[in-house]
Amino acid sequence: MEEIKLMDEEGRRIDGRRPDELRPIKMKVGVLTRADGSAYLQWGKNKVLAAVYGPREVFPKHLQDPERALLRARYNMASFSVEERKRPGPDRRSIELSKVISEALRAAVFVEQFPKTSIDVFIEILQADAGTRIAGLVAASAALADAGIPMKDLVTGMTVGKVEDTLILDLCKEEDNYGQADLPIAIIPRTGEIVLLQMDGHMTQEEIDRALDMAIRGAMKVYEIQKRALLERYERLVREKEYIADISEV
Amino acid sequence: MTEEIKLREIVLPGQEIPLKGLRPGQGVVVEKGRAYSMYLGVKSVKDGVVSVTPLGGRYLPKLGDKVVGKIMDIGPTYWLVDINAPYVAPLHVNDVPWRVKEGELQRYLDIGDLVYVKVSRVSEVGQTWVTMKERGLRPLRGGFLIHVVPTKVPRIIGKGASMIKLIQEGTKCKIVVGMNGRIWIDCDPEKTMLVIRVIRMIEREAHTLGLTERVKKMLGMGVGEVGGDKANG
Repeated sequence: MEEIKLMDEEGRRIDGRRPDELRPIKMKVGVLTRADGSAYLQWGKNKVLAAVYGPREVFPKHLQDPERALLRARYNMASFSVEERKRPGPDRRSIELSKVISEALRAAVFVEQFPKTSIDVFIEILQADAGTRIAGLVAASAALADAGIPMKDLVTGMTVGKVEDTLILDLCKEEDNYGQADLPIAIIPRTGEIVLLQMDGHMTQEEIDRALDMAIRGAMKVYEIQKRALLERYERLVREKEYIADISEV
Repeated sequence: MTEEIKLREIVLPGQEIPLKGLRPGQGVVVEKGRAYSMYLGVKSVKDGVVSVTPLGGRYLPKLGDKVVGKIMDIGPTYWLVDINAPYVAPLHVNDVPWRVKEGELQRYLDIGDLVYVKVSRVSEVGQTWVTMKERGLRPLRGGFLIHVVPTKVPRIIGKGASMIKLIQEGTKCKIVVGMNGRIWIDCDPEKTMLVIRVIRMIEREAHTLGLTERVKKMLGMGVGEVGGDKANG
């Protein structure tokens, strides 16, 4: 393969960003009427839709837990989400991502409040361009909040990577494919807990320490975007005193 | 009137709620002496207790709520009723206004039937029981069912049930509004469609002023003759 130059002499990245610059992120909450909660996220060229159903009765019934709710997330890529058509249906990668995303969300949700139920999260990747597991997780946690599910805090995340021996934030497709390492991380900002941490490639211990630091700072920016998207949904209500008073009386 | 209503703050999950001598209530968690919201919801203070009410999501059963349910299953001495909540609610044979012999439950209410029932008990873990032993509670035969977000139900009912009475008078339809966001309408098809349009309008524009006037206009009231067929379009 011909060598790709991922960073120029001035330290600019392949798409013109600085090492610690994020891709543009847009988010909208409450986009689906049939789901209990939903969110749509555009993160660079990623397009992600998340829907939440529940808490509801568990099917199949033998999976139900008498002490807590079952939180099941399903990460799925649309066949048209990548350049070469993806064969539809779960594969090894999406099963793994569903698992790690479920575990990350479970850490933030008060699952003990709804014993014997399940909370189902569906994450559909409509268009992929690196960092979809974090994008999916970020959208899913906003959708959970939209569904009125009790949570410790929103879950937020970020990816750090290494190209040309430099640490960079929020990798794009080329950097992900031809870079030296990438490390997605998800956190619960309020408690500082790390709920997801994976790595591909090689980094020194010192690099990992710095990478985590960078990622957490980046994730906090995403956190602000999530919060704004949630508030925007009810912005009209903030202005309308009467309606707010009405619903809280119930 | 509007002056009395205090603006309530919208809070996000994980947002700190300053206690300042108040006690934490529903929807608030305390960790290491600090209180945080559990929901995307509205904060309210009442009798020295701060609580957060979620703005969206599923219906959470509350004691005394009247809801529209659907029979999901029949047991030996009870029906299981889906009330759009996290759990299905049993309706025991002793909680219906008829004398039901064992094994004959199906003759009274069959799977798929709609019922207007009241939440009679909610346990700590959210298990719910319903009853039909009260005036006005009954099976809902025929008719048409629609769903709205449970948080918008109070707006559809209106202050002192004024809004729903208005719609009922304007259309002469039988309408039953459940607190769980299910609305049952019994009418001829044209009127049913009109009621649905009105309810959807209220749902969409719940936050705006002059809603009653617009509802009246849609129902063709107060502009000469009441709701002729042509007015329904």
